[in-house]
Amino acid sequence: MSKFSKKDILLEIEDLQIQGYSDEQWVDIIKGVDLTLHRGEVLGLIGESGAGKSTIGAAAMGYARDGTRISGGTIEFDGMELTTASEAEKRALRGSRIAYVAQSAAASFNPAHKIIDQHTEAPVQYRIQKRLEAQEDAMKLYEQLRLPNPEEIGFRYPHQVSGGQLQRAMTAMAMSCRPDLIIFDEPTTALDVTTQIEVLAAIRDIVDQFNTAAIYITHDLAVVAQMADTIKVLLKGEEVEQASTEEMLENPKEEYTKSLWAVRSFKREQKSRPTDGTEPIISVKNIDASYTGSAKVLDDVSFDIYPGMTVAVVGESGSGKSTVARCITGLLPPSKGEILFRGEPLPPDYHKRTRDQLRQAQMIYQMADTALNPKVQIHEIIGRPARFYSGLKGSALKQRVDELLDLIELEPSQYYNRYPPELSGGQKQRVGIARALAAEPDFIICDEVTSALDQLVAEGILRLLDRLQQELGLAYMFITHDLATVRSIADEVVVMQNGKVVEQGPKDEMFTPPHHPYTDLLLSSVPEMDPNWLTTLLEERGVDNVGESADV
Amino acid sequence: MGDLLRLVLKRLGYGLLTLLVVSILIFFAVEMLPGDVAEQILGQGATPETVARLREQLGLNQPAVVRYLQWLGGAVQGDFGISATSGDPVMDVIGTRFVNTLFLAAYAAVIAVPVAIILGIIVALLRNTIFDRVANVLTLTSISSPEFFLGYILILFLAVKANMFPAIANLSSGMDLGELLYRTFLPALTLVLVVTAHMMRMTRAAIIALLSSPYIEMARLKGVPPWKVIVRHALPNAWAPIINVVALNLAYLITGVVLVEVVFVYPGIGQALVDAVSKRDFPVVQACSLIFAATFILLNLAADVGAILTNPRLRHPK
Repeated sequence: MSKFSKKDILLEIEDLQIQGYSDEQWVDIIKGVDLTLHRGEVLGLIGESGAGKSTIGAAAMGYARDGTRISGGTIEFDGMELTTASEAEKRALRGSRIAYVAQSAAASFNPAHKIIDQHTEAPVQYRIQKRLEAQEDAMKLYEQLRLPNPEEIGFRYPHQVSGGQLQRAMTAMAMSCRPDLIIFDEPTTALDVTTQIEVLAAIRDIVDQFNTAAIYITHDLAVVAQMADTIKVLLKGEEVEQASTEEMLENPKEEYTKSLWAVRSFKREQKSRPTDGTEPIISVKNIDASYTGSAKVLDDVSFDIYPGMTVAVVGESGSGKSTVARCITGLLPPSKGEILFRGEPLPPDYHKRTRDQLRQAQMIYQMADTALNPKVQIHEIIGRPARFYSGLKGSALKQRVDELLDLIELEPSQYYNRYPPELSGGQKQRVGIARALAAEPDFIICDEVTSALDQLVAEGILRLLDRLQQELGLAYMFITHDLATVRSIADEVVVMQNGKVVEQGPKDEMFTPPHHPYTDLLLSSVPEMDPNWLTTLLEERGVDNVGESADV
Repeated sequence: MGDLLRLVLKRLGYGLLTLLVVSILIFFAVEMLPGDVAEQILGQGATPETVARLREQLGLNQPAVVRYLQWLGGAVQGDFGISATSGDPVMDVIGTRFVNTLFLAAYAAVIAVPVAIILGIIVALLRNTIFDRVANVLTLTSISSPEFFLGYILILFLAVKANMFPAIANLSSGMDLGELLYRTFLPALTLVLVVTAHMMRMTRAAIIALLSSPYIEMARLKGVPPWKVIVRHALPNAWAPIINVVALNLAYLITGVVLVEVVFVYPGIGQALVDAVSKRDFPVVQACSLIFAATFILLNLAADVGAILTNPRLRHPK
């Protein structure tokens, strides 16, 4: 079936079972998964969160996270059985023969030590290299991974290096002992699309070069299509199917896999601005803003949002998207310019706004987890704004909460008295939406509302927002870095970079060339399902230009 | 580096401000007590005329604010006035005693701090083992028994039964350091037992709290041995809470040891304060209170600065 022969098997997992401890009992989280990996092969593990991808990745190193245990099956790495090996034997493999690249490099580098000290730790400990040799080798790896200033960058502390660079430094660290196998656990999920490309290209190059086998864990199909030879789809701790990348993309067999592929199909009709002279509901006029004492984060930002329309504000992290939202809501008074609501200027500071002005700008946040008070019941979370803004009490309030729960498609009788931690991520986000709706606003700011969610769940949220918009005539300002989301729901697009608006206009125009160079870079950086997409793109851009072409 | 210096200076400024506020509180709290130094010196047989004359001599008939400023001006130069009972300058009464207290505190700290931190690291490494439990129970026992009780137990076993150390820590001039250390060993040991538990448990908790961080998992998955995970990867990030607890305990060693001083008849400042309070010797009480407050503020300041210095984000700005 593949280009790998049987005798080259590096890792063989059979009937792996892992249990997790919750509510004082052991629950199965991995229910009998088989996995075979050959030398030099890259296996993509995909599935939604909770599918057990990372758990399997850790188990391939014989490692069970705190609160989990390997309860059955075998894990054979190059002739060594890891389920029965001693702690010391397993430790001897880690770092030297099996290495790990974590999701968030910023959190996974120790803040107290320089990058190079962390890099050389494993090779020095295993006596593979002396300290100075290891250091020189690190610089070579940094160069291969196209890090800027490879001679010097290692001598910085992690917080002095950007996220994309840290992720590459972590890949270099994983390579320090030239392992046979690297586990990549969502290594680009936390990165912007433009940065993601650099990291993907770097990882792919280095894995090819040293013929390292890899398990590449991700929930992003388009990413895995670029990286993997073989793809395995997981659902709730069980394998759905496995096939070579080409076959999986062209011809998925299982319904679940097909549904994953189909997610990106949601699209709604694009609306255009009203022509009858209606005033924009929110108009941002020449705004400058800065946080205390630092440089400008917004520089002359202007755009309009008309009633009933969705305006997507896109850009990389640090481009000022969320700062604009803070200015509109009055959390951060702009240092220059003004915000108009239906033609009337809003006071810059929210303390000075009337209750009716406040109700008009509601927010839905990225992390529903942290945006909802875990100790407060759902009806209170939703009921508070209804009470505060509309003065509802008693049965009228209860009726309103029920209505809102109906709107977000949660059964009122079931959810009325529950607490946020008892809900799933998607349900929590729905409660966040209901809380915003409770104020009966005409305009809602959605700050990356789907980026913490799995694709299927995110799709549900987008459909809900769309339905609410049609029924209630809401206008949305949709902050996101995900261009697929923009494609599916936006009417107009505002592209931001370094606190400036670089381009804006109706979606169809924005997605058809010619673009502003930065828009072009953003658009072309979104991974596509085509397994040759990354190769083609890199050829087009020229390998050496990766990451640098962002300069305008 | 300039940022860091500014930060430290700012903290120092706040510390001085706090001390000023505390000095006001101390002065006027004592002021509100019934009676004054003049009545105290002259005793019950005093006639109103003699009291009034002494008040004038001591400047007590001036407004409180003026006397406060005079007192503060003197205190800044180390002059806390005249003791009401002995008639000697306050600094002569408490000066040597404060040095004695500092000596005992330093003695106990030099033993307790390293022992507590090393023990804390060891129990974090061996967490949930028998060793961890035993260490916890023992240190908890020592912290929950009153100091004077611990002191008597130590006297009973080490002084009376084993006859290894003197039960009374009387000092005389001309003792060399070895003699001094030998004579004050029991009070120092009592203090060590009292403060170790708190610091050890905080070290353990601070380290264990970090063990679920992604960078600790990363270190483990790099094959770093468990002791090194703790010492090299967790400890450097755990210093801030540890330093804070150490500072609090050091402050306690200076300001809270009166019971131990009484048990071992040690001539420290704690006893001086208790004597002064019972004899209503206000200048001495004020001086001791101010010294204690300054100790607390200074140690907390040091803890803040220490916590800042151990944070690489502040030490190495972008």
